[in-house]
Amino acid sequence: MITLSGATRDFVVGEQTVHALNNVDLEVEAGEYIAIVGPSGSGKSTLLNAIGLLDRLSKGTYRLENHDVTGLSDDELARIRREKIGFVFQFFHLIPRLKASANIELPLTLAGVDPAERAARVTAVLEDYGLADRGHHRPDQLSGGQRQRVAIARATVTRPKLLLADEPTGNLDRTSGKDVVHILERLNDDGITLLMVTHDPELANRAQRKIRMVDGAIESDKAVVSL
Amino acid sequence: MRIVDVLGYAYGGVIGYRLRSLLMLFAMAVGVASVVMLTGLGEGARRYVTGEFASLGTHLLIVLPGRNETTGGAPPLLGETPRDLTLDDALALGRSAAIRRIAPVTVGSAPVSFKQRDREVITIGTTAEFLHVRRLKILSGRFLPQTDPRRAAPVCVLGGKLKRELFGNRAAVGRWVRVGDRRFRVIGVLASEGRAIGVDLEDMVVVPVASAQALFDTPSLFRILVEARSQSLIPRAKQHILTIIRARHEGEDDVTVITQDAVIGTFNKIFTALTMTVGGIAAISLAVAGILIMNVMLVAVSQRTAEIGVIKALGATRRTILTLFMTEAGVMAAAGAAIGLAMGYAASAVTAQIYPVLSITAPIWAAVSALLLAVVLGLVFGVLPARRAAALDPIAALARR
Repeated sequence: MITLSGATRDFVVGEQTVHALNNVDLEVEAGEYIAIVGPSGSGKSTLLNAIGLLDRLSKGTYRLENHDVTGLSDDELARIRREKIGFVFQFFHLIPRLKASANIELPLTLAGVDPAERAARVTAVLEDYGLADRGHHRPDQLSGGQRQRVAIARATVTRPKLLLADEPTGNLDRTSGKDVVHILERLNDDGITLLMVTHDPELANRAQRKIRMVDGAIESDKAVVSL
Repeated sequence: MRIVDVLGYAYGGVIGYRLRSLLMLFAMAVGVASVVMLTGLGEGARRYVTGEFASLGTHLLIVLPGRNETTGGAPPLLGETPRDLTLDDALALGRSAAIRRIAPVTVGSAPVSFKQRDREVITIGTTAEFLHVRRLKILSGRFLPQTDPRRAAPVCVLGGKLKRELFGNRAAVGRWVRVGDRRFRVIGVLASEGRAIGVDLEDMVVVPVASAQALFDTPSLFRILVEARSQSLIPRAKQHILTIIRARHEGEDDVTVITQDAVIGTFNKIFTALTMTVGGIAAISLAVAGILIMNVMLVAVSQRTAEIGVIKALGATRRTILTLFMTEAGVMAAAGAAIGLAMGYAASAVTAQIYPVLSITAPIWAAVSALLLAVVLGLVFGVLPARRAAALDPIAALARR
């Protein structure tokens, strides 16, 4: 599904060039569950942003579902993000003035989906994530776990094939964190490809495959033996 | 994205940040309201003045001595002094079939006294026709008699104010007053509603034209008021006047004929220009409101960096974000303008209650153009903030909490 070859992302900081990604080769099959770990500044988030088409590679090529997306225009990238990729962030990034249901509806609205269809899909995901009675609440009226569930609902309401989660439990207590992870894993069971950046070793070990990054390069990439 | 959704999102942005939205609406509303009010005032003044002129009589022509058009040829040194208009000139105009009434007018200032009371007022020498030509009304007694205008009868008609000042509440008709060095018998008092631009008809005395000429020792007339038989005969009347006077003045075109239409037309032009000017000044306050919109939208963009990052990540194109933020500015400008229109018309209605004479109603074109200008300004000043929003790097935007 994802093929990165020689992927490099340089940032110029002052007079120095920093390789946030340094010649990374990565192959991801559809339906995989991958944890990306590593110390801060090792390029985990840069890798995730590049895969999520929020960032462009300085060098190398990126093929998504057998299409080369390396040189596409901003608008084409936006369309692919809209159709194929869902994002879940550490700080939820819900829009504070919108109700939970409106937050979830937003990607469908941006895509110009028919309002009746939108309402049906939003109701369905609210049910799925146990948020049926929370649709009319604004984010500041929700708990952290609920907010992250709303965020996941928003990321998946377009039925993307790829779900990218950047420290999805980093801002949650253990119980809500577990809830969120279960939801993500259930989505993976249903066929979504899940890439998750995390600092939590326990969480990383739940994945099928663990990629360890150091200094912008992949240090190790191995299957996790489930117990 | 659907248009309804774009509007909905923009509306959400307006509602979601109340204070700044209220401030912006207020600024826009004040701008639009001032356009409505000021153009309304200008328009009211224009209608007032043209109305006043129309009340003078609709078929009126005014003949003035001298010519106010510039011509080429010899400089005035060679003696192009205009001849005076005389009473005979005025009477000669009666030959024209297009003319119904002629009122020669002589004007001077003379002391009018009754017993110990003494007032310096405008003295108008004219004929019986003056009453009809100027649409005046008589309160008591009667106006100048229909006699030979060359006869200097010792009779006079007092303006309302002059009568009150000289006689108080006592009857004036039949009494003798002194005007200048002559004595006149009061035969009538003018009603107060006789009102006109320029001359205060309340504070004057009217005597026969020959009496006034004797009083001021002059054979010339100040002007001749002429009433044409109908509106359509005004140009012919003007032509006849010029022909007759030219024949009497040895072939010289040395009078100026002003038609009521021309006067009204001129005032119309002046007041329309005035309305445009004050409207333009008010439009500046709209532009200021536009700049405020830009400021507030720039603040909104930096406040909502994370939101912009999110909708980019969710697949919004640059164009979508540009549209969203410009629409938000446009919606705000339009709403402010609508409130301003309501405010402006309400204020005009209140003013109209207090000063019924001035009918203050903003012309439709002013209201419509204020509305359009407000929306255009909102969009134009929304461009820069919207572009800034569209150009935000989603990663940087999302990195902020």
